[in-house]
Amino acid sequence: MNSAPWEIVIGLEIHTQLATHSKIFSGAATAYGAQPNTQACAVDLGMPGVLPVLNQDAVNKAITFGLAIEAEIAPYSVFARKNYFYPDLPKGYQISQLEHPIVGKGYLDIDLDGESKRIGITRAHLEEDAGKSLHENFHGLSGIDLNRAGTPLLEIVSEPDLRSAKEAVAYMRKLHELVRYLEICDGNMQEGSFRCDANVSVRPAGQTTLGTRTEIKNINSFKFVEKAINYEVERQIEIIENGGRIIQETRLYDANKDETRSMRSKEEANDYRYFPDPDLLPVTIDEQLKAQLKAALPELPAAKKQRFQAQYQLDHDAAHALTSSRAMADYFEEVVKHTTLDAKLCANWLTGDLTAALNKADLDIQDSPVSAARIAELLQRISDQTISGKIAKQVFDTLWQHPNSTADTIIAEQGLKQITDSGAIEAIIDKIIADNPDQVEQYRSGKDKVFAFFVGQVMKAMQGKANPAEVNKMLIAKLTP
Amino acid sequence: MLLTTNDVKKIAYLARLGIEDHDLEAFTHDLSNMLNLMTQMNSINTDEVEPMAHPLPQSQRLRADNVTETNQREHFQHLAPHVEDGVYLVPKVIE
Repeated sequence: MNSAPWEIVIGLEIHTQLATHSKIFSGAATAYGAQPNTQACAVDLGMPGVLPVLNQDAVNKAITFGLAIEAEIAPYSVFARKNYFYPDLPKGYQISQLEHPIVGKGYLDIDLDGESKRIGITRAHLEEDAGKSLHENFHGLSGIDLNRAGTPLLEIVSEPDLRSAKEAVAYMRKLHELVRYLEICDGNMQEGSFRCDANVSVRPAGQTTLGTRTEIKNINSFKFVEKAINYEVERQIEIIENGGRIIQETRLYDANKDETRSMRSKEEANDYRYFPDPDLLPVTIDEQLKAQLKAALPELPAAKKQRFQAQYQLDHDAAHALTSSRAMADYFEEVVKHTTLDAKLCANWLTGDLTAALNKADLDIQDSPVSAARIAELLQRISDQTISGKIAKQVFDTLWQHPNSTADTIIAEQGLKQITDSGAIEAIIDKIIADNPDQVEQYRSGKDKVFAFFVGQVMKAMQGKANPAEVNKMLIAKLTP
Repeated sequence: MLLTTNDVKKIAYLARLGIEDHDLEAFTHDLSNMLNLMTQMNSINTDEVEPMAHPLPQSQRLRADNVTETNQREHFQHLAPHVEDGVYLVPKVIE
């Protein structure tokens, strides 16, 4: 990297599909994965004579987002036509917003290695999605599926406040987390519910005017955003350092080649000739609706994280992991409510064993076969010393395979109850000391490390069922001459 | 004239309108006249006037988020010149 004297300036435009049942201007379904064109009605197809009717829930979800980023909600908002020709846009224009977007200036705070940075959000506006063009298997033609046409989108435009690809990814992740908390978007990036365009420019450090920017279109993963921006930054710096200049243009990121390339065809069509859509009246939003939606806002991720740290004495990382989704946070609180086990240990279980099992099975927490109540029962048995933490892992594995069973049943069936009978433990310890005179000698001559060997031997002999504290105490007593 | 024939060509291209060369002069003349009228209107002081987005003094009615449409693919595709496996086929477009 030779970017030391260069400052990188990035702004992101993020398209979130709003999780409504029907489309923004028609009563067709928005469900993903339907047979092509079975969810495209006369309005979505742009048939002559049809009129758009705005979906209340799309408006509500946009306002909810605006409230969450402390933005001004426009009391008066206007839809405009953005005119361009493309086969997946049957009307020849996209209904969008230009001059009076529904959400005005707001902000989002992002975390960067423990430091907080405020990123401005310029605006967020409602618009309709286009259809999909398919280029394979149509013997030289393109296939058009209009199921997606008319799906409500909220386009969220950031200020050019981001200074590195890492910051851009942090912002994008934060926004992704927020829209899922608010339940306004399912956040499914594979299905295109959350997509990003990045505006990238560079300038000599210290210069106040912005350099010429390029726009990278339609990046659909966090990883690709970082790679696409890094590639584009390098490309721009190289051009400038070689005496060239940057052309303002739209570029496409090719993940296979890890490079961006110019989309020249987009350029000539860049004159969108916006004008207010005569088919739609201006939208007015009253204080009552705003107040109602504000009252319904959930606890937001940042507040929840802070509360988790304070209320449960969790460190930053644990609180961060547990509040990464609303479902995970709810699950954690449900567990903690039903066990006397220390909240920190509960957190370790959830971020450790449970998360690992979920990842392995490619499941989200809300689809976990083992419920919070079942986990709480298991953790309670650690708390009351029926089993050790180690045995609990074994019980958890069985529970994962048989989610209808309970921790108590598994402990009883497999005879895993911890042995606290000191007589039984003592007998084993005596035998192990007798069998390993060399190690005893080493320990007594000051090699403390050998202690772990004895603990291991005792646990092995007792199949992990001995109470570890008890074992430690008795071993020290026996080994000390 | 406020517009050149090249402006008109460009506007026609953006709107995908086919204009014959021998009509260009006439279009340029008529469209320029319309813009002249706009220029005249621009001389009026409108500082106190709120721009309006729609001639009707009403606001948009909203509908509840319910799915009310059924699948009418066969019906719609009956009108299309070229369909296959449920998709509409068009000349290849690719970036």
